[in-house]
Amino acid sequence: MSPAAPEGPRLAAAAGSGNALELRGVTKTFGALAALSDVTLSVRPGERRAVLGSNGAGKTTLFNCITGDFLPSSGTIRLFGEDVTRFPAHERIRRGLRRTYQISLLFGGLSVLDNVYLACRGVGRARFSLVRPRRSDPVMAQAQDLIAAVHLAAVQATAVAALSYGQQRQLEIALALAGAPRLILFDEPAAGLSPAERADLVAILTGLPAHIGFVIIEHDMDVALRVAERVTMMHNGRIFREGAPAEIEDDVEVQALYLGGGHGGGGGHG
Amino acid sequence: MAVAETASGTTPAPAGRIPPRYWVTGALLLLMPAIANDFFLYQVFGWAFILGTIALSLQFLAGYGGMVSLLQMSVAALAGYVVAILGTSGTVALSLGWPWWVVIPIALAGACLFATAVGALAVRTEGIYMIMITLAIAAAFFYFTRQNYSIFNGYSGFPGVVPPPVLGLDWRQPVPFYYLTLGVALVCYLVVLYVARAPFGLALQGVRDNPRRMAALGFDVFWHRVLAQGFAAVIAGLGGILLVWQNGQISPGTAGLPAVFDILVVAIVGGLRHPVGPYIGALIYVLLRAFAPDVLQALGLSGERFKMVVGIGFLAVVWWSPDGVLGLWDRWRALRAAGRDPLTGRAGR
Ligand SMILES: Nc1ncnc2c1ncn2[C@@H]1O[C@H](COP(=O)(O)OP(=O)(O)O)[C@@H](O)[C@H]1O
Ligand SMILES: [Mg+2]
Repeated sequence: MSPAAPEGPRLAAAAGSGNALELRGVTKTFGALAALSDVTLSVRPGERRAVLGSNGAGKTTLFNCITGDFLPSSGTIRLFGEDVTRFPAHERIRRGLRRTYQISLLFGGLSVLDNVYLACRGVGRARFSLVRPRRSDPVMAQAQDLIAAVHLAAVQATAVAALSYGQQRQLEIALALAGAPRLILFDEPAAGLSPAERADLVAILTGLPAHIGFVIIEHDMDVALRVAERVTMMHNGRIFREGAPAEIEDDVEVQALYLGGGHGGGGGHG
Repeated sequence: MAVAETASGTTPAPAGRIPPRYWVTGALLLLMPAIANDFFLYQVFGWAFILGTIALSLQFLAGYGGMVSLLQMSVAALAGYVVAILGTSGTVALSLGWPWWVVIPIALAGACLFATAVGALAVRTEGIYMIMITLAIAAAFFYFTRQNYSIFNGYSGFPGVVPPPVLGLDWRQPVPFYYLTLGVALVCYLVVLYVARAPFGLALQGVRDNPRRMAALGFDVFWHRVLAQGFAAVIAGLGGILLVWQNGQISPGTAGLPAVFDILVVAIVGGLRHPVGPYIGALIYVLLRAFAPDVLQALGLSGERFKMVVGIGFLAVVWWSPDGVLGLWDRWRALRAAGRDPLTGRAGR
């Protein structure tokens, strides 16, 4: 894990504003329930951030608001300096935002290659092309590289529905890496993985180029602390603490609330 | 290496990989004029290819896009109307008499534009709501053509619309018409098969399965659906042009509500999963339509009851196999495979 601090200022200048992601007073209500209350948060370009919090804390809702899956009830969201609060999801994706889903949302009837190929097409040109890809299609080569990067080359022709759970989680990551991502939101990528698969995941995350920032929701403290340089703790839809991993780990209140709070530090939350 | 790759990428698949049933079907269709009489060539196969092509446009939308649109017959009729209005017809006062090579592209473009515009309204809805909104627009189209005399010539429409004498042939003769409709049907079928695996078609299937995920991959789901409507309209439009030539006329009844529902029945009976489905459905429909009245009369029933036979047949198919005849075919093959080798069980496709 190489701290991206030296990269920060240079990329920030290129982006025109200080932050890759900036939320101000974001609230999201479902009926009477406030899943997010007045969340203010910023992530620097290239920064690796972990979001912790018990189930129902609002972490996935936070991601959904950032990607445009949900419109926030109030507040503003800026992405690379641009106000995207009212942008449809695909417009945000085309600006370099990517995400994975907590529960894999893949195209089960299509092959691994087709899934990744679609992801590469979605952020590239010729989305509406009526011409089948040739063998020499650069987008196809790109898709194959991504598949190799997540160790799925052996099953690239297999229908996704036939993959193991761990392989599907890896494919989710490949989809998020398509094109030129600048900020990736990983929603519990390690949940349900075996120790070996977890080690693979950590290797993939720490091996990402320094200019790619990410926010990772992770129950497994080990994984979170190994890949993140900063940690945000959420509780009941609010940001509860923010700081360096060591600070958060040592925080008495955090320990009471999260580590000792009956939710367990280990993974396996679904 | 590079050479080998280019070669394998551009040469067609070796003949041995095409299953024998394709060869048999292809040969049978090509040699049909040697076997079948004029009635079969023109009224049965010609009509089945036309209906099948219009239903194919629905199969593309519903099977690959998850959009059940009742507008396809209206789109086809619009193309037919354009051919009658801009080309030549018996209604000399209204038809402009433009040459066919101007008229046909305009007819297809008009159908495409109409479907794209209506699509922009309809694709914001899903499922039953899309069926309802497209049904409403199809009904509006029917009533509009019936009441508008300045363009659509109201109730009487346009009689005397014939195919142009290209290559000096009279294309309304059974044999040329058979090959014309077969050719159009075959091209449309192959194009749909091809596009289904091109980025546009793949993404459309992604939109069908999970629109939210597709948006998160950068796809504009709304436009993808709208353009699929436009693409399907070109296929429906080709069917509509052939239909007006076959009937020799076009009038509001061409896109009346019974015809609108017939397209849905044809596509569902055949099966929405694969582009061959609508053609199977169309052949069944046309055969029933041609022979059910005679059979009914022989049984002492009114030939008018033919619609009831179609309705009962439709219910039976949907009841036994929601996947239409294609679904039955799959099940039969699975059973046969299971019979041969109990270990492999459902040996799928
Ligand atoms: N689409 C939704 N409709 C209604 N309530 C929701 C929806 N999504 C999330 N919630 C609620 O918002 C709260 C936060 O959920 P979520 O963001 O998924 O939590 P986390 O990811 O931190 O476990 C929960 O109480 C959940 O029930
Ligand atoms: Mg969650």
